[in-house]
Amino acid sequence: MKSVRYDAIVVGGGHNGLVCANYLARARQRVLLLEAADQVGGAAATESFAPGFRVSSCAHLVYLFDPSISAELKLADHGLVWSAVDLPSVALSQERAVLSISSDPTLSAGEWMSGEHKRFDALMARMTRFASVLQNLYTRVPPRLRNRRGDIVALVQAAWRIRRLGRDDMRELLRIAGMNIADLLDDELNDDRLKGMLAFDAVLGTRLGPRAPNTVFTWLHRLVSRAPAAHGGIMHPLGGVGALCDALSRSAQAAGVEIRTGARVESIMCDADRVTGVRVADGEEIGARQVISNADPQQTLLSLLGARELDTEFVRRVRDVPMAGTAAKLHLAIDDLPTFVGVDPEQARGRLVIAPNIDYVERASNAIKYGEYAPQPVIEITIPSLHDSTLAPPGKHVLSAIVQYAPYTLRAGWGAHRDEFADCVIAVLAEYAPDLPDKIVERQLLLPVDIEQRYGMTGGHWHHGELGLERFWMWRPTPGAAQYQMPVEGLFLCGAGCHPGGGVMGLAGRNAARAVLATARP
Amino acid sequence: MPARGLIRARVAEISPPLIRQQFPLMLSYDAIIIGAGHNGLVTACYLARAGLRVVVLEGNPYIGGATVSRELYPGFTYSNCSYVCSLFRPEIFRTLDLPRYGLQVIPYEGSVTMTRDGGYFASFVDHDANRREISRFSKRDAENYDRFSHEMSRQCRFIKKFLLTTPPDPTSFKWRDLKDLASLGAAFYDLGETQMYDTIRFYTMSCADLLDQYFESDVIKGVIAGSSIIGTALGPYSPGTAYVMLHHYMGEVDGTIGAWGYARGGMGSIATALANALQAHGGEVRVNAEVNDVIVKDGRVCGVALKDGEELHAATVASNLDVKRTFLNIMDERDLPAEFVRRVQRFKIRGSSGKLNIALDGMPSFPQIPENCPARRGDMHITDSMERIERAYDDWKSGTWSKDPYVDMLIPSQIDPTLAPPGQHMMSVFVQYAPPRLASGDWTDADRDAFGSTVVDAIGAYSPDFKDRIRHMEVRTPRELEAEIGLTEGNIFQGELTLDQLMFNRPVPGYAQYRSPVEGMYLCGSSTHPGGGVMGAPGANAAREILRDLGRKDGQL
Repeated sequence: MKSVRYDAIVVGGGHNGLVCANYLARARQRVLLLEAADQVGGAAATESFAPGFRVSSCAHLVYLFDPSISAELKLADHGLVWSAVDLPSVALSQERAVLSISSDPTLSAGEWMSGEHKRFDALMARMTRFASVLQNLYTRVPPRLRNRRGDIVALVQAAWRIRRLGRDDMRELLRIAGMNIADLLDDELNDDRLKGMLAFDAVLGTRLGPRAPNTVFTWLHRLVSRAPAAHGGIMHPLGGVGALCDALSRSAQAAGVEIRTGARVESIMCDADRVTGVRVADGEEIGARQVISNADPQQTLLSLLGARELDTEFVRRVRDVPMAGTAAKLHLAIDDLPTFVGVDPEQARGRLVIAPNIDYVERASNAIKYGEYAPQPVIEITIPSLHDSTLAPPGKHVLSAIVQYAPYTLRAGWGAHRDEFADCVIAVLAEYAPDLPDKIVERQLLLPVDIEQRYGMTGGHWHHGELGLERFWMWRPTPGAAQYQMPVEGLFLCGAGCHPGGGVMGLAGRNAARAVLATARP
Repeated sequence: MPARGLIRARVAEISPPLIRQQFPLMLSYDAIIIGAGHNGLVTACYLARAGLRVVVLEGNPYIGGATVSRELYPGFTYSNCSYVCSLFRPEIFRTLDLPRYGLQVIPYEGSVTMTRDGGYFASFVDHDANRREISRFSKRDAENYDRFSHEMSRQCRFIKKFLLTTPPDPTSFKWRDLKDLASLGAAFYDLGETQMYDTIRFYTMSCADLLDQYFESDVIKGVIAGSSIIGTALGPYSPGTAYVMLHHYMGEVDGTIGAWGYARGGMGSIATALANALQAHGGEVRVNAEVNDVIVKDGRVCGVALKDGEELHAATVASNLDVKRTFLNIMDERDLPAEFVRRVQRFKIRGSSGKLNIALDGMPSFPQIPENCPARRGDMHITDSMERIERAYDDWKSGTWSKDPYVDMLIPSQIDPTLAPPGQHMMSVFVQYAPPRLASGDWTDADRDAFGSTVVDAIGAYSPDFKDRIRHMEVRTPRELEAEIGLTEGNIFQGELTLDQLMFNRPVPGYAQYRSPVEGMYLCGSSTHPGGGVMGAPGANAAREILRDLGRKDGQL
């Protein structure tokens, strides 16, 4: 029985769903947000994994979240406090001193090779200019390649923004956009530690190694955080990344969004190529003119909606989106702070990266191609309890690590190898912090397959599907669906599977809201 | 008819009377071409046809560069480097009337792949035959093969329009660039919306992603993925390899798109025919004439100096050498802008392949392949999945040759009896991957021999009598390719075919229109658009730009 009729139902309360619902409510739409779990946040959540220990279970740092969204949704008024901003990135090294970089170049520390700092600054200045072109694209609904005025204007604007970089920069951008990060870094820099860390940044969350073409693009995606219109730094919300979603949720409710948790959407209903509402797990049907899904494209279109509502060719394209995640998460509850060799206390607050050189990262990436895990993985470590006492009991700490590469499907089957992989990761950590293993009280390993189960992300992929030059902008998630609107009238996507992709950015949600509102207008 | 005598002069050796042996100390030409590779000869032909006095200078005692036939063992003709013909632009073939000068391309019918489980997959030029063969592995793949072939021919048709055009500079506001960009845009727009997305994506995606969209059988995917890595330092899982596959698909023999063939008499026949055509138009070729320096005065090229000190003068010089050799070796850096030199230095030109040329005393047996299968007269491969190829690439990355290499082996003497004595055979084995340098340092003779035996063993595993039939074997690693032909780092395409080095980026952004910072100095080799393979397109495009600068009409081609 249909009870209330909404203008819009948002399926899934991840950060993008919350952002999208909020903007819709602000445009005076009646919005209902349905979340299957008992709390909102999706993959941007803070959860307890051992008594007294809490951790940001998926994303554990925030660097891409769009500051204009924070401001427009008044997140600070709704309880968002940063426990740390401008955290340094520290390249761990066994042979040499660690190297640390920060969004503020003067804060970079460690033993730099002669002239390297200057080369690094020049490279970053140029890449930042390129990233701001990307940032600009990121804040808009992608155009289509067709003969409509709005699309043509948008394309010409995009081209003009590239041209406005100046001739040299434009040439360089057009050259490196499809290049591999290893060659670019080898051309520009000398320090293995630095190159290793930057190569790691470029491949994080993808299935590529640094020698694979298109990894300069994935690096630029990350560097959008450095664009002038971005925060610039790596940040951590007080209370973990889940606190960001709590603030988003309070802001959304204040704007009039009705939020129901524990309400799993079973299917998206549609009638004669038009969305009519959703059916939740207990059988209740809720009607709405528009349904906006924060779930990934495959789940939304193939599971919730169903292939029979869609064109065969379109279904094929959706199925072709590579959805297998490559990154695992390791959480350690530790009863005392471990000593990372050569890392001073200030640096320990930041992100510590184990990617000593480009070849190491490349070797780690080989495994994923064959359904194996990397025996010598690349790892990004944070100890958030150093600046956020809400996460661990006094005197104790949590260590959160992103570990790459771990395949979604291990050929040998994950069953017996799950612990073996966790041991492997801890052994690598111990090479850099020898006293760590003795301090571990509890450990939790989330493989892509676990992330899929817990958060309903197909393949456990961070970006809701592989991000790359062949799958961005008009191509994300797939041509014909890149403008948030799906081929069924009234159905929209608003998650990381759409432009501009993942990384706790919020822009997919805001862009989707714009697309929804644009169709609502006569 | 001067040409007839030359056809008989098999192999790429030109009969002496046609090469000028006696020279005055200083010679003056309208144009000098450095290097008698196929592209240099194509450029020379077009310039000579337009009435210019042209000389081609070749450092080796034979012409052809990597498009060469050599008798390295008595009675056997080796296509020592390039070994099959398909990409050569039919427009050039026709306008230069190469058949008249002795070139004959014999198509072969297909290729065959041997798998580890003792089976085989034969593929044929004929679409329906191929489809039937695929259905032995997967019914679904056979259905999808129609879609796949359609997509590939669509991409071929689209790119073919741009092979014989100069890439426009997207940063330029010059009328010509704007006009060319607009016509490129218009051709692109004609594809229709969906096809436009697919075409752009095609250039950035991996071969594996592309094939996964169509096929489920590992063997079928492995077979097709072979052409996505030839000459390329990438594996089929690397983005950008879908384009490399297209690069090997866009050829044709006698109008059959995607077909490959043998040049009768070996690949050197192409160079010989071009040289004959050149001489018929009054041009000259000089062998044993290695250029040491390009002479530049006041920012303008005025000639070249040979190794023996002799100077030749011309206001136009075109180099068929790769971009690094041209600007870093035979030119003086001081004649070039520093930024340009830096960009040339970072041009990526890592070699990835090796070659074995083997004289056999009889036809080796391949028990896995049916005796009368016509496909065994074409390419023979050993693979059974993309993964097997990708693992071979992992070896390249770690600085060693592939322990389980991907091979493209052919025995052209089955079709062309001129290559070997009766009853005996000539085998050409292209090997992927071999790095330009090993992790242990530079290649040594011992490394080369070990590389050779790795490949021989790999083939021997599928042909019990192969090893016993070997009479003579020539092994080429990237080191030999560099030393023998002058291909820097042994890269057969004179530069890697990745997106950052294609079209307006090839070889250097801003200098992709065959010109250089020095007035009168041009590039005409595979380092330029549209890249490597025995295509002739860079040579023809360079000739057109040269003639344009000399005030001749575009239509000269």
